[in-house]
Amino acid sequence: MVPIAYYLILAAILFSVGVGAFLIKRNVITIFMSIELMLNAVNLTFVAFAHMWHQLNGQIFVFFVMVVAAAEAAVGLAIIIAIFRTRETLNVDQINLMQS
Amino acid sequence: MELALFLIFGLLAVAAALNLLLQRHPINSALSLVVVMMSLAVLYWSLGAEFLAAAQVIVYSGAIMVLFVFVIMLLNAGEEERTTGSRIAYIAGFPGAAAIFCLLTFVFLTERQALGGVGIGGYLDTATNNIAAISTVLFTKLLLPFEVTSVLILVAILGAVVLARKEQ
Repeated sequence: MVPIAYYLILAAILFSVGVGAFLIKRNVITIFMSIELMLNAVNLTFVAFAHMWHQLNGQIFVFFVMVVAAAEAAVGLAIIIAIFRTRETLNVDQINLMQS
Repeated sequence: MELALFLIFGLLAVAAALNLLLQRHPINSALSLVVVMMSLAVLYWSLGAEFLAAAQVIVYSGAIMVLFVFVIMLLNAGEEERTTGSRIAYIAGFPGAAAIFCLLTFVFLTERQALGGVGIGGYLDTATNNIAAISTVLFTKLLLPFEVTSVLILVAILGAVVLARKEQ
């Protein structure tokens, strides 16, 4: 018997690590990967609560999150390719066209 | 027994997530993210979500991460140089992340009894039931959102093609 709380705490740990990676990382692709990590942590929370309530709604929510994440990954990586083609860099510190 | 399964894969997920944070090369980060997703698939299975466990392996660690690795190799991304990062990140970001973590952990641990537990066993018998139940809801009550997601995917494909195309 594993308490549901442990699953939720694991999700909280993964989400916090994702936030930390999002802030520390300087490579666009790695920043994008940390967003995926945060999405996965939230998915784990959904599944844990779905199990707790014996309802399927949480699992269906996760299904839709997966679909949207797939679409988001395709578009985001296309944007990264387009940025690399024009700016020749993946470092977010140098992608500051809208700042100046 | 169940606790051992949870501990093994939970610690594996946390270690791989920390590895993602600490590695300098993007390809190492991508491979550690694959490890996180595979261990999460095992945890989904232990929570009685067999369909999602399979979908996690196929969609996330299969399709999405292959796309990531493909782009990393296509752009020949090298090791990232470490810079200081923005000041706002250090003032608000990390304390905010730590505060979220502490608050969530506190709430979950105090509500531990009310949240209940997970017992493993008998899931393989109900594996078909899980998929049948999900598909019943998906194709009756949620048919319109399900069809709309296919349009969303189509638009995403078109957008990706347009964005990644070489400009004439």
